[in-house]
Amino acid sequence: MEADPVGVLTGIHFLDGDQACCEGALAAGCRFAAGYPITPSTEVVERFAQRVPQVGGIFVQMEDELASSMALAGAVWAGAKAFTVTSGPGFSLMMEYVGYAAMTETPCVIVNVQRGGPSTGLPTLPAQADMMQARWGSHGDYQIIALSPNSPQECFDLTVDAFNFAEQYRVPVFVMMDECVGHMTEKVVIPSPSEIEIVPRRFTRLPHDKYLPFRAGVDGVPEMVRAGDGYGIHVTGLTHDERGYPSTSAETQRQLVDRLMNKIRQHTDEIVRYEENAVEDADVVVIAYGITARVAMHAVQMARERGVAAGLLRPIVVWPFPEKRIRELAARTRAFVVPEINYGQIVNEVERVVAGRAPVQLIPGAGGAVHHPEDILEAIISHASAEVAK
Amino acid sequence: MSAVELQFGGFGGQGVILAGMVIGRGLVLYEGYNVSLTQSFGPEARGGACGVQLVVSRDPIFYPYVSCPQILVTLSQEAYRKFSPQMRNEDGSILLIEQDLVRPEKIPSSVRVAAVPAMRFAEDLGRKMVLNMVVVGFFAAATGFIKPESAQRAIAESVPEGTQALNLAAFQKGYDYGIQHLPRVCA
Repeated sequence: MEADPVGVLTGIHFLDGDQACCEGALAAGCRFAAGYPITPSTEVVERFAQRVPQVGGIFVQMEDELASSMALAGAVWAGAKAFTVTSGPGFSLMMEYVGYAAMTETPCVIVNVQRGGPSTGLPTLPAQADMMQARWGSHGDYQIIALSPNSPQECFDLTVDAFNFAEQYRVPVFVMMDECVGHMTEKVVIPSPSEIEIVPRRFTRLPHDKYLPFRAGVDGVPEMVRAGDGYGIHVTGLTHDERGYPSTSAETQRQLVDRLMNKIRQHTDEIVRYEENAVEDADVVVIAYGITARVAMHAVQMARERGVAAGLLRPIVVWPFPEKRIRELAARTRAFVVPEINYGQIVNEVERVVAGRAPVQLIPGAGGAVHHPEDILEAIISHASAEVAK
Repeated sequence: MSAVELQFGGFGGQGVILAGMVIGRGLVLYEGYNVSLTQSFGPEARGGACGVQLVVSRDPIFYPYVSCPQILVTLSQEAYRKFSPQMRNEDGSILLIEQDLVRPEKIPSSVRVAAVPAMRFAEDLGRKMVLNMVVVGFFAAATGFIKPESAQRAIAESVPEGTQALNLAAFQKGYDYGIQHLPRVCA
């Protein structure tokens, strides 16, 4: 389906990542946002509040992030596409809702413009330290999708994709930006509505007496209805059967959680997305995402200029993790270098997948700044020359 | 062309970031460049150090930060002290300063210096706050880095409704001053 032209600001723009993210949401058909202002994410909803009267829709400034996230449940079940936007401290408060959205299969988008933590940390400066929280932050077993844009252009593109993933799989989808990408201003090309592919809400066509709100199709995803359309629906965070009614049976729990897990796991190949640069003949592969991938690419270019065969693999979808590709590379790569602005999060996934077949070196960052390209370069060279020395 | 690094510095409230935004916007939208613009400022609304940096290239830009600017524009002594030691000491490097607010000291030998009394011009126009657009005009004349038409279009699109004429007049003042005085200023 094509995008609704009313939300699409087609043209070439000079926008920061936050503003581009907002335009992505509008282009994707999002017509509801609830938020509580927090640096460095506020500009997203600031723009949404400014734009939404022209487009048609609602912005609510809520009393806090618990309420902002919970408001999505109401908006989505009333039929709207909806998102909220926050940064670390607010993200922590949203974790209760994340589990609720996963359990109730409420399609929604949560944008986290990451800043330094823990706690209120560094409001105006970058980090990538919420990557594991996005995956594991709420209790219980569930699956989500998370994307990591590395430019304002991708803040637009991937926010559109996030809404599409949310509708396709009925999961909360995270756009894991960082302060650098959020506040960096670059060229952003917004295509025409006909060039923007939109996944519409999967509304049922079944008659009222045949519809069960949590009976899934072959892909593991149930169809939705709008509250108020006359269907009998019950939406609860309790373990529920296909009718949506609470159940305390272990078998119902198994069937439900199996499905919540498998609807993503069985479609991992369709969801996973990454970009490779000079990986084919690389001895040392750098794995980096978000702003750090751009710094890493600079380091890879410097390494190549010095005759070192380095390459970059950039997960664009971080969750689910591109493990199949990394496993392939592990069979023929001398070492992996993983810079990230945290003390080791995605590197644990790389280590798990590489499983000892090659050294994996983390280049940590405390937050507050991006890496120096020279630090990444040094690590690349150390692994390359260790091999030469053998 | 390899990437060119531009750094603008001043104190909060001078419109330094808007000046950088206007130049970035003009280069991207009307001259087809890639620009990565990043900014730094403190929590204060006014006062405090404030900077905006642009990496400009025909090629894709990976690393978006400025390490040694070829073009430095400073509107405060503090910004001058902070950024001038980072300047690239090579032919073609240009330092632009606000004549009454910055006293240059220890200028690298290859760096061409040009000064503009932007504050006084802005005062003549009746609004001190258009100092930044005088500087944009002077920048266009002194560096030739952006076509005046591109900057003018970017200004008209970037400033609040109803202030376009004033801001464009400020641009013109800085631009004309640069064109008329540069041979002498840059001696």
